[in-house]
Order: sequence, then structure tokens, then C-alpha cells
Amino acid sequence: MPVNTDPYLFVFLLLLGAVAFALGPLALAWVWSRCFSPRKPGADKNAIYECGLKSKGDAWVQFKAEYYLYAIIFLIFDVEAIFLLPFAVAFTGLPVGAFVAMVIFVLLLVEGLVWAWQKGVLTWK
Amino acid sequence: MTSQFILFSLLKVLCVFSVLMFIVGNAVWVERKVSAFIQDRRGPNRVGPFGLFQLIADAIKGFLKEDFTPGHVRKAYYWLAPAIVMVPSLLTVAIIPFGSLLGSQKMVIADLNVGILYTFGIVSLAVYGIVLAGYAARSKYPFLGSIRSSAQMISYEIAMGMSVVPLFLIACDPKGIRDLGNGWREAWQTFLAGTSSLNLSRLVAWQADHCWLIIYAPLSFGIFLAAMFAETNRLPFDLPESEQELAGGYNVEYSSMKFMLFFMGEYASMTVSAALLTTLFLGGWTLPIPGLDRPASTIPLGLLQIAVFLAKMLIVEFIIIWVRWMWPRFRYDQLMALGWRRFIPLALANILITAVALWIKPGH
Repeated sequence: MPVNTDPYLFVFLLLLGAVAFALGPLALAWVWSRCFSPRKPGADKNAIYECGLKSKGDAWVQFKAEYYLYAIIFLIFDVEAIFLLPFAVAFTGLPVGAFVAMVIFVLLLVEGLVWAWQKGVLTWK
Repeated sequence: MTSQFILFSLLKVLCVFSVLMFIVGNAVWVERKVSAFIQDRRGPNRVGPFGLFQLIADAIKGFLKEDFTPGHVRKAYYWLAPAIVMVPSLLTVAIIPFGSLLGSQKMVIADLNVGILYTFGIVSLAVYGIVLAGYAARSKYPFLGSIRSSAQMISYEIAMGMSVVPLFLIACDPKGIRDLGNGWREAWQTFLAGTSSLNLSRLVAWQADHCWLIIYAPLSFGIFLAAMFAETNRLPFDLPESEQELAGGYNVEYSSMKFMLFFMGEYASMTVSAALLTTLFLGGWTLPIPGLDRPASTIPLGLLQIAVFLAKMLIVEFIIIWVRWMWPRFRYDQLMALGWRRFIPLALANILITAVALWIKPGH
């Protein structure tokens, strides 16, 4: 049985299918609007969608710095999660030393989380 | 033989795609009917029997509506964003084993050995589409919606990733499949040949061998379930959309087909998450009934196992819909506090406790 066909080939095929499925309707809708639908642009229609009043200032407003802090902590913990999976898979064959090392690694990161918590970073104001 | 194999695999991709899209379309109808029932209304009942053709009517309407691009948007990004939301939710389905065997074909699109890592990699991509949509629309509501969404999705992604770790701790059994006689072990060993430890089929095998992982790791299940709601932007965590504050969130400036892509993308990712939950915690395509608890030897059994998988998945999906109409929305600070100050420490503790428990377990 030729099971040695690369499984990533099918991921790629699915990707092509998914892209076609996403772009196809967009292209069709574009062609439809070009060929058949009457174009009626207008100042009010083109305006920014808000509550009916004239929009004030640019839409790209300043937003809270908390978002950046969360992004940084996210980076650390997401990478940690990636490290934890191989650990979990190899777990049953691990010697005691490796297990202790892993626990220390996790505890170090926990310490980071506790520190951020203490600093109030994790409290949304 | 090889060309035949590729032909069948292409057929498989096509089938999965059509079934997924069929479920997505009908999930919208089910959602409207369920919400109507819960709110004591009738729901869609004009187009076809019980409003079943509402889906077709909506599709035609979505397509024929004016494809309108507001004047203030970033055009290229504005066009790309819906596609970028749609693609990842479709890609995740690739590694989910939705059945055992039909003939000699494995019922999974790509039996990747990195399995769960692929899932998390692809799931994280979905946030790009939403952020891009909010940025490209150049309008306040979508912008705020997309910023919120990115923070929410990355927060719960960690909890989700960590909640899965105990499963692999528990289910990585070096002793392999037990010998229950009657060709049980042989069937599984042939089925799992060539796979390695992060493969999702192995989790299914372990669950068939022991018990569903929801029993062994209930805390993981809870965290995963909640994170799943947050990742798919569903109530009680639908802050990116929150109709009352942001008037719909990141897709406010979109109309017609582009809006429909966002809409379908949401339902597709919901369906795929339900499938993932089924595989990870609810035993995948197996049932503890003789014949259904091992890779199928005949075509009817194989089809029955696909049906079992779809049934489990649809039940989970129904629960997702049900929750939407039962729960109020969290406030944003509550959402972040729940994610960072409850779920992440809980998930970490869960990993440590599971590891220690397995370590001191007799017979290790």
C-alpha cells in the first residue's frame, strides 16, 4: 500500500481548495458588481459607519498600552506551551533529573506570571 | 495503485469540504431555530418547509447585494481580510480523524505526526484576518473590535494550548495497546503504523483502549471548552462583535459577499472546534461497543464510525449554539481576568498535578 505519499501534499491541496473557496466568491461578487449592479456612490454612503453623527478624528485612535504587555506575556507563555508538548510526549520515559529540570523550568515561568500579577499587569483597568 | 490512492485522497478532500460547508450552512439555520425556540419565537419559516431553504435564500441575497467598498478603507487589505479569516478555519480540518478506514483509506485528510501542533499553528493564524479587517476598515468600531479580538484570542490560546498538555501526559502509554483478543491489538497496530506521539489518531486509540479523556482530564476539558468559545468569538466571549457596544465589531464596514465570508468563517471554525473537542476528549470516531471500538474492517462499519463522529460533533456544536442564547456576555476586564488569572494558573497547575500523579502512580 503506497502510504508513503507525503501527508503535507494533502494539506497543500486543502490549502489550495480553501484559498479558492475564499477568493472565488469574492471574485464572483466583484465581477457581478462590475457587470450588473448599478453604481450609486454618495458622500453619505461612503462615510464611516458610526452612530449617525459626523465622525470626529482619525479611526486609528490610540489604544491602551495594556495590550502590548499582554502581547509580550503571551509570547513567553505560548512558547512555553510548545515546549511542554514534547515534554508531555516523552514523559513516561524521562529520568528523574529531566523531570525535575522541567518542573524548575515551568516554575520559573510561573514566577514570571506571579511577578506580572503582583505588578498589576494582569489587572485590566 | 499510487494514482488510485491520490484520486481517492482528492475525493476525500472534496467530501470533507462539502460536508463541512453543508454543516456550516445548516448550523446557521439551527442557530436561528434554536434561538427562536428559546426566545419563544418562530424563527425562519417562510422559505421551504420549516424555513429549511433559508440557507439558499440567504446565499443568493448575500451574493446579489451591492458589493460596496466604503471610501475610507485600505482597499487591498479590505479585500484580503475576509479570505484570511476563512482559510485557517478550513485548514484545521485537515488533521482531524473523522473515521477509521474505508477500504484501505484512512479517514483523515493528512495524518500528520505533528498533529496537535499543526492545529495550534493554524488556529493562531485566524487572528490575522480579524486584525486586518479592523485595521483596513479605518473606522472606530471595527478597529476597537479587532484590537479586542486579538488580545482575547491570544490570551485564550495559551490556556487552550496548555489544557491539551495533560492529555498527552496521560495518553502517551509506552505499553501500547492492550491485548483484548479477537484481533483487537493487531487492528490498532496496523492502523497506527508509522504514526508518532503527537498524532491525533493515537489519542483516539488510547481513548478506545481506556476511557474517554473527558473522564481522565475533566479540568482540561473545562478549560478547553471555555477557550474554544473565546477562540471562535462566540458568546459568552463574543466581545469582538458585541452588537450593543461596537455595533457588530470588526465586520461593520463589510457588506454582501465579504460579510458572508466572515460569517461562514465563524461557523466553520465553530464546526472545526467541535470536531477537535470530539477527537481530543470524547473518543473521536469510537464508541465502547464491539465493532465500533477498533478500526473498521468493512465499509459499512467504516461509514458507521464516520456517522458516530458526526453525531458527537453535532451534539457539541448544538451545545455551543445553546450556550449562546443562555449566557450573558462577559465584561472585557472580566474576560481578561478569567483568561490570565484563572485559566492559565489552573492549566499550569493541572499539568503539574497530572505529571506528579503519573510519576508517583504505582507501576511507573
